Amino acid sequence: MFRNSHRVTGILFALCLLMGSAATAKAASFADAVALLAADSFSDTEAGITAVAASGHAMAPKVIGALQQSQLLFDANSRRVVIKDGSNVIDATTGERLGEAATGFAPVRLNNRLRRSVEAALGGLTLLSPDRGTRLGAAQSVFRSRDAATLPTLDAAIAKEQDSEVNRALTAARAAVVLYKPDAAEADKLEAVSTIRLRNDQEAVALLSGLPSDTPPTVSRAAQAAITTIQNNLAAWAGVQNAWYGLSLGSVLLLAAIGLAITFGVMGVINMAHGEMVMLGAYTTFVVQEVIRTRYPHLFDLSLVFALPLAFMVAGGIGILIERSVIRFLYGRPLETLLATWGISLILQQAVRTIFGPTNREVGAPSWMTGAFEVGQITITYNRLWIICFALVTFAALLAMLRFTRLGLEMRAVTQNRTMAASMGIRTARIDALTFGLGSGIAGIAGVALSQIDNVSPNLGQGYIIDSFMVVVFGGVGNLWGTLVGAFTLGIANKFLEPYAGAVLGKIAILVLIILFIQKRPRGLFALRGRAVEA
Amino acid sequence: MHAFADRTLGRVGTVFLASILVVAVAVPVSNLLFPPGSPLHMPSYLVALLGKYICYALLALSIDLIWGYCGILSLGHGAFFALGGYAMGMYLMRQIGTRGVYANPELPDFMVFLNWSELPVFWYGFQHFAYAAFMIVAVPGLLAFLFGWFAFRSRVTGVYLSIITQAMTFALMLGFFRNNFGFGGNNGLTDFKEILGFNVQAAGTRAALFAASCLALAVGFVICRAIITSKFGKVLIAIRDAESRTRFLGYRVESYKLFVFTVSACMAGVAGALYVPQVGIINPSEFAPANSIEAVIWVAVGGRGTLIGPIIGALVVNYAKTTFTSGMLAPYWLFLLGGLFVAVTLLLPRGIVGTIQHFWSQRRQARDGEGAVPEPSPAPAE
Repeated sequence: MFRNSHRVTGILFALCLLMGSAATAKAASFADAVALLAADSFSDTEAGITAVAASGHAMAPKVIGALQQSQLLFDANSRRVVIKDGSNVIDATTGERLGEAATGFAPVRLNNRLRRSVEAALGGLTLLSPDRGTRLGAAQSVFRSRDAATLPTLDAAIAKEQDSEVNRALTAARAAVVLYKPDAAEADKLEAVSTIRLRNDQEAVALLSGLPSDTPPTVSRAAQAAITTIQNNLAAWAGVQNAWYGLSLGSVLLLAAIGLAITFGVMGVINMAHGEMVMLGAYTTFVVQEVIRTRYPHLFDLSLVFALPLAFMVAGGIGILIERSVIRFLYGRPLETLLATWGISLILQQAVRTIFGPTNREVGAPSWMTGAFEVGQITITYNRLWIICFALVTFAALLAMLRFTRLGLEMRAVTQNRTMAASMGIRTARIDALTFGLGSGIAGIAGVALSQIDNVSPNLGQGYIIDSFMVVVFGGVGNLWGTLVGAFTLGIANKFLEPYAGAVLGKIAILVLIILFIQKRPRGLFALRGRAVEA
Repeated sequence: MHAFADRTLGRVGTVFLASILVVAVAVPVSNLLFPPGSPLHMPSYLVALLGKYICYALLALSIDLIWGYCGILSLGHGAFFALGGYAMGMYLMRQIGTRGVYANPELPDFMVFLNWSELPVFWYGFQHFAYAAFMIVAVPGLLAFLFGWFAFRSRVTGVYLSIITQAMTFALMLGFFRNNFGFGGNNGLTDFKEILGFNVQAAGTRAALFAASCLALAVGFVICRAIITSKFGKVLIAIRDAESRTRFLGYRVESYKLFVFTVSACMAGVAGALYVPQVGIINPSEFAPANSIEAVIWVAVGGRGTLIGPIIGALVVNYAKTTFTSGMLAPYWLFLLGGLFVAVTLLLPRGIVGTIQHFWSQRRQARDGEGAVPEPSPAPAE
């Protein structure tokens, strides 16, 4: 078939010129091209295929497609070509339904050589498709098939292409074809290697490492060098990817743990119902979205903005209720607090299960959180990006609140020296309730964020409770910065372990490492020193 | 014998021990010797159910030994229970032999299913009951020893210890859920046929397993009493109430803790081993942190630091659980269980038995004047 390539190119260019002429001429040329298919000779059929493919006529893909499926029929006497459609036929030049039975026609015959031409023609047709996505897909498939017959169409497509990304894909596809073409010049092949190297992905490596044995040694060496470069590059990107995933996981851990850093870290209350506060936040989001969906659908993109304060209030309110009704009787008895709050978590889970049912609830994503963009070789989804930003903003806001507001000052005073704070006129019981409410409320807004990436079910919270405690204990109790560092360290460590150990084993390894770490530094990474330790 | 009973068990303890042994004989007799129609007959399902409760009671007893007398709140004792259960399950799996679905004389079904060609090394020897029995005690004991060695020496105490024990059982759960861990993955070990040559399903075997569970509970009770009434036990209580003070008095606190933690884990392992043939399955969900913490609430309900209390607590709570979860009230069980956690910690911190003991000692004190010393209630002195 390579012998024919010059002839094919010739016809193609001739027909390309025709394409530029008047519409009637185009229709006439298409009819001529189709008529070639009725000649019942393989060489005419081949010319016909090429001519049809190059015509740019709206019926062209249909005709070639029908040919591939053996649905293209012709009448030996009238030289008419039709497409079989069920028991009827369609005119191949006009697309009209003819209303005749398919019985009087014979199928256009193909041999193996022609089948390849048909495939190449189809690939070529999609390469010239007006749809950008189709062109990109076609370029990819040519890159993989490396079919030399598509070369002329590729050249035509590259010349026409305006979109830079599609152009790159087409150029790479052309380079792949040239590289695997036995009669291509060595200089061309070398250039092809450097073009393919720019693709910088696993497929380029596969292509370059599978070169045929008759490749000139200079090209092979260049390919080898390109493979090394690409692989180094890929390894670097894999590292970046892992770091990104780690940051993403870290931000989730930070969100889940940051409220716990207040209730457990600052107040010293073991709140096993913390995960359920996160769950309540997620369910608040669900309810808000349901209301918006049914009443004000145009506000859907703002649903999370409405959900945030509501989730804070719901979770914070329930937190204050828990503190006033249970926890305040148990200060100084951490083990009992642990058990009582575990009981509360069971009650909250079951309450949510009774109200909303045990199955997952659908929480939609607003349009600004869907989709993704690419940086180099990695894909960054908007929801993960927003969650990282959100976690950091929440952290900063909390830090600022503790540092610069009166309530924050009183909270720090009470946790540092309760008796002294009380004698300075701070109502410690009220501060306790508010601090606990704050920690719970933050868990609630964490739930809003987590509803975007996790299943909203009554068990949502349970999945986070152990991880959150690990983060707080690892980072050091009573230290918000420790929580930040702890969350991101654990997140990134987890994601870097995963490729070697697998997801579950990676998690186990992290748990074991934390257990060992606690042995070494029982008070965490950023332990408080001095008197605060004894408090 | 009398002296031992008086000194070690006390009057209440002796009565309690006697009643466990009476139950150990009475239940099998009622099940096996009386015909099904008789009012004295106990149906077989009830025997299995009670046997399960007795195993839970032993687990609760083991938790009380460390929590009630040494102040170590383990939220991972379910792990030791499950490890003992797995050791027994491995023995029972090897006993299936060629009666499995794939009829492989060497490999359990799930290994054949996973296309494994030979038995993993850690499965060697489990066809012998003696070896399995040794492992039932040794594996949980060894894990507890290693864990305690690290934890107690670096003075991880209080809630920190609770949380890392919870993380430990969580990590084990994740591990046992994996197929390539070699313990049947998600499905665990089940479909047992024989134990020591007797059919696991037979009424006689079930009755014998029940009696064995009661016996184990009785032995466990005596061991715990022996520990806490000895001088060693006094030091344990001192550690519970004032750890630093005890250390300053020259006691190696970590050694005491390590010993009692290991003993407790071994007891939990035995409880798990007796549990598995009676329920017929062991799977990774036994490692779930929720199970361990539920066991802690049995202790709290019965009364920590009383030894009799946890046994009663385990029976009462599990009976309630069975009643609730099998009827129309099933959706409300978690409300009740959750409420129980809150109510016991807030309203009944001494538990059922502890409250009764407290009431009696108060009355005795009021009657005798200042003569009697009340039983110390578990409250930290620091």
